[in-house]
Amino acid sequence: MNESDIIPHLFKTEYSKMVSVLTRSFGLEYIETAEDIVSETFLSALDSWSYKGKPANPTAWLYTVAKNKLKNHLARNNTFNKLVSEQLTDKSQCNEISIDFSDKNISDSQLQMLFAVCHPSISTEAQICLALRMLCGLGLNEIADAFLSNKETIHKRLQRAKEKLYSEKIKIEMPDDKEINERLNTVIQTIYLLFSEGYYSESNNSIVRKELCVEALNLAYLLLDNPQTNNHATNALMSLMCFQASRLEARQSENGDIVLYDDQDRTLWNTEFIEKGFHYLQQASKWEIKSTYYVEASIAYWHTVDNSNRDKWTSILKLYDVLLSAKNSPIVALNRIWAFSKVHGNNAAIVEAEKLGLHTNHFYLVLLAELYNHIDDDDKANEYLTKAHRFCKTNTEKEMIQKKIDKLNKEPTA
Amino acid sequence: MKEYILLFRHENVNGKVSPEQIQQWMKQQMDWVNSIVAKNKFVSGTGLLFDDAKVVNHKKFVTNGPFGDIKETLGGYIIVKAESADEAAEFAKGAPILQGEGNTVEVREIVTH
Repeated sequence: MNESDIIPHLFKTEYSKMVSVLTRSFGLEYIETAEDIVSETFLSALDSWSYKGKPANPTAWLYTVAKNKLKNHLARNNTFNKLVSEQLTDKSQCNEISIDFSDKNISDSQLQMLFAVCHPSISTEAQICLALRMLCGLGLNEIADAFLSNKETIHKRLQRAKEKLYSEKIKIEMPDDKEINERLNTVIQTIYLLFSEGYYSESNNSIVRKELCVEALNLAYLLLDNPQTNNHATNALMSLMCFQASRLEARQSENGDIVLYDDQDRTLWNTEFIEKGFHYLQQASKWEIKSTYYVEASIAYWHTVDNSNRDKWTSILKLYDVLLSAKNSPIVALNRIWAFSKVHGNNAAIVEAEKLGLHTNHFYLVLLAELYNHIDDDDKANEYLTKAHRFCKTNTEKEMIQKKIDKLNKEPTA
Repeated sequence: MKEYILLFRHENVNGKVSPEQIQQWMKQQMDWVNSIVAKNKFVSGTGLLFDDAKVVNHKKFVTNGPFGDIKETLGGYIIVKAESADEAAEFAKGAPILQGEGNTVEVREIVTH
């Protein structure tokens, strides 16, 4: 028995590839059959590789076994004759189902599966679950952990989503030219939501959170690998995710607390990701600049630059002005105020902030407290922090605000 | 010293065990088998393929199978040397598939003269 190492995550990666190819060949109605066949293939590997060691070409072995299992399954279920006659009417003289596990077909199938799974007719929550299951090869437990949920809930969500796909008669194919841009935007949005789940998650399990970010990056690579979907928005998305991913290590302290940007240990920033972020930003700029992801990626880029750089905050402020005009949301407005304070000073920023009047938004209240703290008005700072404590929603946030209140009360007023 | 066969039965895992998990089990299985080899207690082992399986009945009909309502598939076995069924069962406890709720390892003594 030899112990030669199997490529890490081999089964996980191959799950996505094989399920995509099989489902594409037979349609979404057979997706569960495809999943069963692939799972059984891995069990066969477990039963045989354990004694004889891994075969010379593990992936070829998996594909061969999967094809045999499929053939047997079809023969048993009498679907064989029906499907063969369908194939014969539109193709050549093949008297046997042929499954193409070439690199090209795998890549095409996965991409088309991604489009099918991120269909606008199902909720984004469901899209994310399906993507994680089908395209990332995550198990129910892993998905449940990621969303602080349980296996049964995730299982139901997946079932309902699959039913929706059947009832809407979604096909595994590339959207046509009229639809592709809009469909691609849905996919990009879902990928970014998945990434954000990992990046902004309050789960203490940092491994799980990083996993979600990694899976989002993997899905984006699928888009980048294909000329039809390698465009401005995709590259911008990738750039944004890389810049943010570079700060993952620094974002969480040992006991699981979130460490905000200003307090982060920059030596923990991952330079490889920063370089990738910059690379994809440059790629994205080859097209006309119109995606908000590009603006966000540019802002993320400037955050990797040292504070001593004189253009940093003026650039960030300008970018927020642009972003706000395209995407007017409270979070964007508040982030802009922060940049504003760095450029125009705290007093001016306070005036600007008070124009927003978001009196029940705890992020707004914390921001104002911070600004007042910087001009040494402890009374106002305390007032806003106390209000923020009332309006915030999670325990993590309550604790963080309480810490700020305690710190404020310990410092003597200047 | 007697010989015992350890029969591995695992249920349909789709949805219950992730691909990553199966791969981990495989690595653990290899390590576990090697640990028995190291003790000089390993006799043989193999997987049992399922795809060309046949069932022959009393009328000599041969069908493909077994399928249908079988919840657990017999996936493979190993044969170990042990003084008693208890000792063999102790070996069996190390089987990685036992991390999956519906899986079992059956321990049977092999008749030797």
